[in-house]
Amino acid sequence: MRSLHRGEARAGWLLAAPALLVIAAFFLLPVAAGFALSVTDFDIYSIGDPDLVRIVGAANYRTLFSEPLFWKALKNTLYFVLLGVPATMGVALAAALGVTSGVTRLKPVFRTVYFAPVVTTLVAVAVVWRYLYHPRFGLINGFLGFLGVDPIAWLADPRWAMPAIVLLAVWKNFGYTMIIFVAGLQAIPEQLYEAARLDGASAWQRFRHITLPGLAPTTTFVAVITVIGYFQLFAEPYVMTSGGGPVNATLSVVLYMFKEGFRWWNIGYAAAVAFVLFWIVLAVTLLQTAARRRAER
Amino acid sequence: MLAVVAAAACGAAPKPEEVVRFWGLGREGEVVDELLDPFRAEHPELRVEVQQIPFTAAHEKLLTALIGGAAPDLAQVGNTWIPEFVVLGAVEPLDPWLERSSVIRREGYFGGVWETNLVDGRLYGVPWYVDTRIVFYRTDLLDAAGCLPFPRSWQDWLECMRRVVALPGGERFAILLPTDEWAQPVVLGLQQGATLLADDGSRGAFSSREFARAFDFYIQIFDEHLAPVLSTSQIGNVYQQFAEGRFAMYITGPWNLGEFRRRLPASTLEVWGTAPLPAPDENWPGVSLAGGASLVIFRSSERKSAAWQVVEYLSRPEVQLEFYRLSGDLPARVTPWSDPLLADDPQVAAFFTQLGHVRPMPRVAEWEQIATRLFERAEEAIQGAATNEQVLAGLDRDVDRFLAKRRWVRGRQGGP
Amino acid sequence: MRRRLSTLLLHLVLIAGAVAAIAPIAWMFAASLMPDGQANAEPPPLLPHPATLNQYRALFARLDIGRPLLNSTILASAVTAISLLLNSMAGYAFARLRFRGRDRVFSLLLAALVIPAQVAMLPLFLMLKSMGLVNTYLGVIVPGMASIFGIFLVRQFALSIPQELLDAARVDGASEWRIYRSVVLPLLRPILVTLGVFVFMGTWNDFMWPLIVLTDDSMYTLPVALANLMGEHFQDTELMMAGAVVTVLPVLILFLAMQRSYIEGIMMGSLKE
Repeated sequence: MRSLHRGEARAGWLLAAPALLVIAAFFLLPVAAGFALSVTDFDIYSIGDPDLVRIVGAANYRTLFSEPLFWKALKNTLYFVLLGVPATMGVALAAALGVTSGVTRLKPVFRTVYFAPVVTTLVAVAVVWRYLYHPRFGLINGFLGFLGVDPIAWLADPRWAMPAIVLLAVWKNFGYTMIIFVAGLQAIPEQLYEAARLDGASAWQRFRHITLPGLAPTTTFVAVITVIGYFQLFAEPYVMTSGGGPVNATLSVVLYMFKEGFRWWNIGYAAAVAFVLFWIVLAVTLLQTAARRRAER
Repeated sequence: MLAVVAAAACGAAPKPEEVVRFWGLGREGEVVDELLDPFRAEHPELRVEVQQIPFTAAHEKLLTALIGGAAPDLAQVGNTWIPEFVVLGAVEPLDPWLERSSVIRREGYFGGVWETNLVDGRLYGVPWYVDTRIVFYRTDLLDAAGCLPFPRSWQDWLECMRRVVALPGGERFAILLPTDEWAQPVVLGLQQGATLLADDGSRGAFSSREFARAFDFYIQIFDEHLAPVLSTSQIGNVYQQFAEGRFAMYITGPWNLGEFRRRLPASTLEVWGTAPLPAPDENWPGVSLAGGASLVIFRSSERKSAAWQVVEYLSRPEVQLEFYRLSGDLPARVTPWSDPLLADDPQVAAFFTQLGHVRPMPRVAEWEQIATRLFERAEEAIQGAATNEQVLAGLDRDVDRFLAKRRWVRGRQGGP
Repeated sequence: MRRRLSTLLLHLVLIAGAVAAIAPIAWMFAASLMPDGQANAEPPPLLPHPATLNQYRALFARLDIGRPLLNSTILASAVTAISLLLNSMAGYAFARLRFRGRDRVFSLLLAALVIPAQVAMLPLFLMLKSMGLVNTYLGVIVPGMASIFGIFLVRQFALSIPQELLDAARVDGASEWRIYRSVVLPLLRPILVTLGVFVFMGTWNDFMWPLIVLTDDSMYTLPVALANLMGEHFQDTELMMAGAVVTVLPVLILFLAMQRSYIEGIMMGSLKE
């Protein structure tokens, strides 16, 4: 049995090794290298001549925090997250309750239809929505006009551009979140509802005192992954507002990083932007999980 | 024919079926394929493959390709990008090729435009077509406002704008200056004699008296509500708005000659004209920017001699004229301009006058970034969020930061 | 009576939601069948009149969208095949093979899940540049060959493989590789189908990385080609919609065919705690 065990251990490492090597070489190593880059002034000159690079310490981070455009990008991204995450989760929860309700007919059809936007290619639907938002010929203003609302210059108006992107994100993503909520709902024991009904609890009371607490772990999980995902906003503004317009109203942190890195080739500086994003995401994740732990206690 | 002889004289007989990869931008990328057909017939041993890159992503794509080691043999590039490519060591210095050429001669080109291809005195690109900014205007509206002939000084121009706005008949702006374009404030600055950068391109000089005077004038146009505070995407359809008379003047470039003719409704087709830029003083016309596209050959190319033959072919006067016919892009060489096609076209004539008075942008790798920051900062002044002095001081701080690496590199090389 | 009314109301809301969810996709299909310029009208037309395949003809014949379609297919298939192999091996190892450091390595991997992929992109680009992999298929494939999420998903599923089964095979003298090949892999089939669909769709839909690493238009994947097309043909609404259909349709069909395992995968992936 001993030798068997040793064989097993060797097999364990051998089987895990290829995947671990790939992840180490093409993810963890670049992440570490990214941190190293972020304390240098690696830029277009350095690409032309590798000798032209200096270690600058925290200078990139200092520049970053004094750069209005970075703050603008951060503010826009927070706005997107604060508006988008609750909206996505709210719609998803409502949809999940709808498709699991005992009285609903054709549940699988609704489930599939709600889920369809999730599998579509983000770039393709961003293109589609760009036309849906057209001030004159777009379906959305057409529909609003039918309701008597004046046309809105969705993507051209700095006030409306970000809400427009939020709407697209909610449409695209709520199906995914809905499925996770459905899984969470199914995990709540049916007896709890039975007992509450016998006690004469109303539908609202059952929702408030059984469903919501029962969904707490799911909600935290969903909130964490949605926040992480939404902080990485990129393709929507890249495609829909030609890279963050109008007047940078949809410039996101990742888009800012992309532009600094792959447009101006300020690679060291862009790496610093990426790391700030990382710390923010990490902090938000820890905060959410901590809040949840406290709530449990 | 000359080009063929010249190439043969160089003793660089190409191997059979050499593939030459050419990257063209935007519409030019489409047109050049057709333009090259006679060249292909002349050179059965060369296969010229053209790839088209949309203009919006061109700068990024080209740099990524260069840095990733996937550059083509030659490409069309915006002439303000050349300094960046030089920093990367990616483009071939063309002086030796020029010396041996019988087709391309410096004297044959608009001086200001040729200069844009020189970095530290060396030639890195051959001008292909030119771009500069002049005024497109509604003849009927300006006539009604008593502005014609078109004003030649800033003072008259400003007066004219005020009169246009005062015209009866609906809400109207005098001039369109999209807030996300840097060319307009930069051109006004050049007219005042601003150098834009100082110390051999290593510091911002936007707070200089010259630029500040131009900037005040630029902001005044917005403050007096003579121009709408709108960016390109907020304007929507420029041609429609011009046709509806929402604005009477527009500072823009040659590509809009074709666009105006294509997109304006028949009713407006007869009532627009073009004029060279007014000047701040009596030295009319005021200068404008020397823009346009150049042809560059990449250092990594193994077929430079074949690529140079393509450059020479595209630089022949008759090919330049054909290029104009196909694309509407204005020839960088002077001779084609005497052809009736160009000479007898009054709307084109203003460009010819203007092209005699153009200045290049500062030739530093950071220029695109600086220019982008210029309009971003200018917006604060337009919105009234900061004074002009604050904006320009802030701009100089940003620019000094962008140029920090350049200063260090220059210092290291012991350069000036 | 009140109950009936609320049931009716619920269905009305559900149907309204369904219309909102499907409308953009439906309009995309409809507009892609319209002749040039028809979509630009007030009020916007909902149906093509007459329906035509001209936009698709233009896309394939003139704009050569077949090439990015082929690129996307090759890349998504290659990444799927390789990552299924690597992730299944690792996922099984982490679930059922006992080796020192296993749990520590695994929890490190899970912790790395919070790192946004963008953090790695700049250095990765420079790395691939020095390896000569910029503008190659490999440049797109290599970072996707294994994923933490994939390993996690397989591991969760592999935990249900009975230990006795593996021990019995060992007693029979089967080698560890043989056990993985003939015992474990067949048992992992359901989760591999799920993971395969995930990876295929993820690679197909990915935008930022191919945008960075591919420079030549003959190498573009569909999303990159589509964003590129937008630059030149923004005015041609109907053509752009046809391009969107070509991009979306393959994954939409794949989803409809594999719906169950896909959705189950999401539910499994969420059972993290």
